[in-house]
Amino acid sequence: MEAVLFFLAAIGALGGAVGVVAMRNPFYGVLALIVHLFSLAVLFLLLTSAFVAAAQVVVYAGAVMVLYVFVVAYVGGDTESAWEPIPGQRFLAPLLGTALFIELSIAVLSSSLLALGTHGPDVNPGFGDPAAIGRLLLERFLIPFEASSILLLLAAVGAVVLAGRNREEGTSSEHSAPKARSEEVPSSL
Amino acid sequence: MNVEWYIVLSSLIFAVGAMGLLLRRSPVVILLCLELMLNAGNLALVAFSRMVGNQQGQIFAIVVMVVAACEVVVGLGLIVAIFRRKLPLDVDALRELRG
Repeated sequence: MEAVLFFLAAIGALGGAVGVVAMRNPFYGVLALIVHLFSLAVLFLLLTSAFVAAAQVVVYAGAVMVLYVFVVAYVGGDTESAWEPIPGQRFLAPLLGTALFIELSIAVLSSSLLALGTHGPDVNPGFGDPAAIGRLLLERFLIPFEASSILLLLAAVGAVVLAGRNREEGTSSEHSAPKARSEEVPSSL
Repeated sequence: MNVEWYIVLSSLIFAVGAMGLLLRRSPVVILLCLELMLNAGNLALVAFSRMVGNQQGQIFAIVVMVVAACEVVVGLGLIVAIFRRKLPLDVDALRELRG
């Protein structure tokens, strides 16, 4: 049962990952990533980490993906040009990806981590549930928890600064400055 | 299931993400591929945490999730800013900083 579930989730995760890379329209890529994230949540449940699985579904597949969908809908779909600036990029990239996978597998599986061939120790039923994770987060890892909350605040402020309308652009130079830039950039190619 | 299956799956997902990063030119898809790679790292962290029987690796995975959310927010903000200035959304066309 566990093996069947693992292989189903693994096929979902891999299919989602390949879909993200292969889909030409970014919108379908986002949908493929949602499939991938749900499959990963199933894998996390199989590894008896319920809280991480729940956070994966709520934070990733919920919040982050909605952000992606909004931005893709805002900037529009297929923006990828057929022009290929690096010759042979279409063939070199899968080659390098395969090489990276072989290298990672050799590095992990042939290392001295003999314990990799185990299920892991038998754990009590409370392993990885919200109570245990919350106790760890608020007692032992309180400082990283607070630091990550500061990081989230900084990222939110940074996004507002980046994506918000500039004050100079909004008033006088709205007609001169952006136009000059948009003419300058394609000519420099 | 043995832990090595999870680790092999994680390295496979990481390699697919890296391949997409090399292959695609739209910034949105590049951010999606970054997500793939971060999630592969998360899977390896949780698998090792299960192997050792210690929950601290899951805390690490949650922190990675927070960092990924921040990266997404800033990256999508950059994409929206690029789009508003009517620059092309193509990482090969945006090479003013290339020197």
